Amino acid sequence: MTVSTALLPVLDDLNKRFKGRLDAVRAPRADEIYIHAQMDLVAGFTAHLCRRWQARLVSLFADDARAGEGAFHLFYVFALDAARGFVLLRVPVPPEKPEFASLTNAIPAVNWQEREIQDWFGLKLIGHPNPRRCALHDDWPEVYPLRKDFDLRTELPPFQGARHKFREVEGEGVFQVPVGPVHAGVIEPGHFLFSVAGEPVLYLQLRLFYTHKGTEKLFENLPLPHCVRLAESISGDSGFAHATAFCHAVERAADTEAPPRARFLRSICLELERLHNHLGDIGAICTDVAFVTVNMHCLRLKERVLRLNESLTGNRLLRGMACLGGVRFDFDAGQIQSLRQFAAALRPEFESVVQLIESSASTLDRLKGTGVLKPEVARDLGVSGIAGRASGLDRDLRRDFPHAAYEAVKIHVPLYQAGDVEHRMRVRIAEARESLSLLEQFAAKLPDGPTRVEVGEPPPGATALGWVEGWRGEIFHWIRAAPGGRLARCKVKDPSLQNWPALSEAILGNIIPDFPVVNKSFNLSYSGTDR
Amino acid sequence: MIAARARGRPEIEWANWKDARPAAAACPTGAISYQDENGRRTVRIDLAKCTFCGLCADVDEAIRMTSVCECATRRREDLETRAVYNLHPDGSHGGMISPPAHATPAQSESLEVLGQKIKERAKEMFGRSLHIRQVDAGSCNGCEMEIVSLNGPVYDIERFGIHFVASPRHADLLLVTGPVTRNMELALKRTYAAVPEPRLVVAVGACGCSGGIFGVNYATRGAVDAVIPVDVYIPGCPPNPWALLHGILLAMGRWPEKADRGRQERETAGAGADAFSPPRNGLPSGCARSKLAPGFRPV
Repeated sequence: MTVSTALLPVLDDLNKRFKGRLDAVRAPRADEIYIHAQMDLVAGFTAHLCRRWQARLVSLFADDARAGEGAFHLFYVFALDAARGFVLLRVPVPPEKPEFASLTNAIPAVNWQEREIQDWFGLKLIGHPNPRRCALHDDWPEVYPLRKDFDLRTELPPFQGARHKFREVEGEGVFQVPVGPVHAGVIEPGHFLFSVAGEPVLYLQLRLFYTHKGTEKLFENLPLPHCVRLAESISGDSGFAHATAFCHAVERAADTEAPPRARFLRSICLELERLHNHLGDIGAICTDVAFVTVNMHCLRLKERVLRLNESLTGNRLLRGMACLGGVRFDFDAGQIQSLRQFAAALRPEFESVVQLIESSASTLDRLKGTGVLKPEVARDLGVSGIAGRASGLDRDLRRDFPHAAYEAVKIHVPLYQAGDVEHRMRVRIAEARESLSLLEQFAAKLPDGPTRVEVGEPPPGATALGWVEGWRGEIFHWIRAAPGGRLARCKVKDPSLQNWPALSEAILGNIIPDFPVVNKSFNLSYSGTDR
Repeated sequence: MIAARARGRPEIEWANWKDARPAAAACPTGAISYQDENGRRTVRIDLAKCTFCGLCADVDEAIRMTSVCECATRRREDLETRAVYNLHPDGSHGGMISPPAHATPAQSESLEVLGQKIKERAKEMFGRSLHIRQVDAGSCNGCEMEIVSLNGPVYDIERFGIHFVASPRHADLLLVTGPVTRNMELALKRTYAAVPEPRLVVAVGACGCSGGIFGVNYATRGAVDAVIPVDVYIPGCPPNPWALLHGILLAMGRWPEKADRGRQERETAGAGADAFSPPRNGLPSGCARSKLAPGFRPV
């Protein structure tokens, strides 16, 4: 067992502090430590790790290991930014007593993730402040789709229209405004229930999971190469990021690494994906405060990125580019040249769009102070990505846990404290500039060599965490391999799942007409959340 | 305008196809499938499922990816091509017994030509423009991104008289992406019921046309046509703006027959019937526009 030197003191401390209570410690990789313990240790362990080592609980999920190990397992994934490593606490839940203690009161960030486990695995939550259904809608029969004895193709009775019981909000002049799941714009489905008194929003309840497609279950039923294509379809705007995070996990489980050139090409594609999404969002935020001209410019520039994507990878959204062990298509000298020319040509055009926004006092006035997410709230909710960096959370996996080729470059991570719509847009502006610079750096430093290596079957039972800083935030994929090149479990963590509750906080006190722009400034993925 | 490397639908050298098995194994969505029976193999290519990923072409020399994206059809079965081969003992193909019925190759037309055709047709049909309501019935958001592109200044489909509207009640055409999830099924049916007749439905993307990689499972119903009737299927993952425009244009061709049928149904329904009575398409009660006053007539 070789643990990275940065993680050694953490491990020593944990061993000392929880002497005799850690059932097993193993480190399949230098930056990924698994600690097995019992349920009663979770609260104390978490509190200690977070306080002493500034760990962040970035993912919490279950795995049905009843067949092999006679129990369900819960995994608590902690990211230790300073030590550049992950600690995964594994605790068993006996099938005869399928329940687990909630951490939500101490760590609100895991609220939805705990309820998701309750819904999908039938493990009862003890001590959760709001243990209602979250990932399965109220009309679903008592089924636990992610248990191994539940078949993917099970035919359930069709939706009968039973209504979700929202929390009552009462008082003189208080009324409710339901919106969705079919919205007025071209966006994904979800239901929002606003409780308002006059114009200001008192309370916002979210009802998501309309696009739940059984994705995590489906991963267990497909051969590995097909799983990459499935990962591309988790969230359409982050297809390449999700597929790469998935490949990253499988490659780690199989103890292989993509060759240098492939890692650079992955980084280039990740930055292209970031760029076209940021351009689209900057335009859309301006549209929502009626500055449509900016949107038209942004869509024009975005189209150029999409066409570049197509000329490089064959698909406008980079579909089909990711694969295990590297990337599917190499870029020739001409393509690299066109990439560099593109970056150089886009920069002044992008700056002129930024200039246009800056010159519009009325636009900035509408964005400033709108939809404020306070830094302390963002921290409690574990908000990741753009929304986090606009609210003082200085995190970026590209810098803190370099994947793909990010080790080779220096990344400037924008950071603001204001946490309003304006600053979520400013994070995007700064990151779009950074992406253009990164594209040039990657193109200049692109090493020669193969773009793909053969990835063997991960040994059955091997587990691994893969990650990517997608344009929206931190994406994690965790896999447990099964025999025959299959997966026993694939856990997908999109940053949206983490960030949705923050939207409910940011909208408080704002007026309903500002909801679209506040929502757009987060631009969370419904499909990535619902899976 | 479309890059040389762009991947559209695959093209198969049917006569020289030695073995469909590697391609079928490589296909993530089951778009290439086969069935062996009595020493014969029936091979099926289903463009409705195809995501144009090109993995089949990587393993099979008889398959070549083209850049043709405009593959929309009015009938689901037109997206399917079958051929039957004699089998060698080792499982490879002998001679082709029944050649594939070739679907008419789509003509690649420029955006301008497509758009102008839509504009003319919309004008002659409605004396006005075409109003579209988009419904995401469970998509990954990829198709939505391309639909948003249509509204940008580069494609600017408003100039062809196509408007995306906020309510299904204002719409002539529903542009539905899929797969239809269990949780969106009722919402989709209600949205469909809210569109005034005659109405058109276009299923978008591999998932909308066939369920795509998700197929039918505990959480999804699969294709859009498993839930509401579909007039046109637009394959692709996601279909690019050209493919979308081509499909919308194709759907408009169905308008006259639909309008006629709607008129006939209303006439045969008799004087007492409400012109806004629930459509007879097997929708659950409660989905229809039953709240209108009994005497209400459209102007």
